[in-house]
Amino acid sequence: MKRFEATLARLVVLVGPLLIIGLWWVAAAAKWVSPKLLPDPWSTLQTLWTSVMEGAIWADFRGTAVRTLYAFAIAAVAGIPAGIVLGANRTIYRSVEFAIDFFRSTPATAMFPLFLLVFGIGEFSQVAVAAFAAWLVILFNVAYGVMNARQTRILAARVMGATTGQVFRHVMFFESLPQTFVGLRVGVSMALVVIIVAEMFIGSSNGMGRRIIDAQQVFDLAQMYASILVTGVLGYGLNVFFLALERHFVRWSGK
Amino acid sequence: MNPVNETLAMNAVPTPLAFPPANEPAAPEPSARKAHVTIRGLTKRFGDQSLYENFDLDLPRGRVVTFFGPNGCGKSTLINMICGLIPMDAGEVLFDGKTREETTIGYVFQNYRDALFPWKKAADNIQYPLRLRGVPKADARRRVEELVAEFEVKFDLNRYPWELSGGQQQLVSIMRALAPRPEVVFLDEPFSALDYEATLSIRERLQATFMRSGVTTVIVSHDLEEAVYLADEVFLLTKRPTRVAEVVDVGLARPRGVQTLSQPDFVRTRAHCLEVFQREVRR
Repeated sequence: MKRFEATLARLVVLVGPLLIIGLWWVAAAAKWVSPKLLPDPWSTLQTLWTSVMEGAIWADFRGTAVRTLYAFAIAAVAGIPAGIVLGANRTIYRSVEFAIDFFRSTPATAMFPLFLLVFGIGEFSQVAVAAFAAWLVILFNVAYGVMNARQTRILAARVMGATTGQVFRHVMFFESLPQTFVGLRVGVSMALVVIIVAEMFIGSSNGMGRRIIDAQQVFDLAQMYASILVTGVLGYGLNVFFLALERHFVRWSGK
Repeated sequence: MNPVNETLAMNAVPTPLAFPPANEPAAPEPSARKAHVTIRGLTKRFGDQSLYENFDLDLPRGRVVTFFGPNGCGKSTLINMICGLIPMDAGEVLFDGKTREETTIGYVFQNYRDALFPWKKAADNIQYPLRLRGVPKADARRRVEELVAEFEVKFDLNRYPWELSGGQQQLVSIMRALAPRPEVVFLDEPFSALDYEATLSIRERLQATFMRSGVTTVIVSHDLEEAVYLADEVFLLTKRPTRVAEVVDVGLARPRGVQTLSQPDFVRTRAHCLEVFQREVRR
């Protein structure tokens, strides 16, 4: 009985997805929405299956994944050291706080035209905008983590004779890690969002964004929904991966 | 012997023992009354409020000293300034004539949760001050084993601090402070975040360590009974600008235990301290 209840409790997470698919199926079967706009879930999943098995979708998937990770890597490499410097120095932080807040509040997509002018029409423009957006998120979170390092731990290291450099490496670095991982996780999601939009509207030969808009243009809605689902899987997978990374490296977070 | 000493002076030295002339070799006994830490002309202001004004203090070698005083008199601020954690506006602190940088000290924080490093295992926390000094890993591990034996530690030090109880964590903090064999140990209200059971057990083990090593120890306490119970000398502080109202010599034999708390000498000393404290609070 106990085990049955435990299994039931675990299956609870499936309720949401099943409800959505059920509602979708009912809406399609009862023709609440025109079948042209909403193919039934079965034919959508069939399309998804053939796209995956025949491999047509992989080039697009790989294109988006590579661009996202490329943008993310640039953002992380440039964002973490800059964030540490910013977090460690109040004066520098205060002097650029407004600029960072301003650009963080500006939708990155509003910068497309500017980046197109600077980097030209092409793949690197997409990566550059996404990297910029993710960079701001990572920068801000790392700086925040360093600034909020627990004062007592820093004092404890100092009283034991740690030099400024040692306090930095042995304490501040670890203290800022939990917030850094939050920044990386949000940053990679941000990069994916920008890359997808960029693929749709800045010329691109492949990518999930391209694939979604192409399917929409030729009114192949089963293909469009299938591609949206795959994009969702990519985003969710990245999030789960970074969450696992975070759990592994900062098990002590919040302790 | 009257445990209470009525000397009212900044550098008050308890009277029951004679102060040895300066140029005579000090007796090697642990209670030799030579100042270990000397504080001269310490001044600290917050805004236009003066916390310490030209404050002088001598802390005796090899004794347990407790600081007790009214709220806001700056007990913790005082030891933080002595340890160099808070800057002072003026003044000088010397340890045996050496500066703070040339001296190994131990410091135990009130809030053990924020003081230990949660990314290191308990044993690595204790080894940290040794590793900072470049002590080889094997020697550092041996020192931890010594401390484990000394403190009769029964729990697993290969766990992370957040897997331990509050009392165990504070014990780890104390072991970390003592690991590099400091010349002076400072404890800032070390028991105030602990339950009574943990307090009793840690107090007892701390006392055993004092008796064995005779390390100069300074404890800030907000509990008068505890201040008297732990101390060889209680330094009673005044309201701000803070001075030493009186140094009370606690002549009670060690080891002290629960029965000490009801001994007439203990009760008398505590009553006297309370009297001085109340006088200073009302002043």
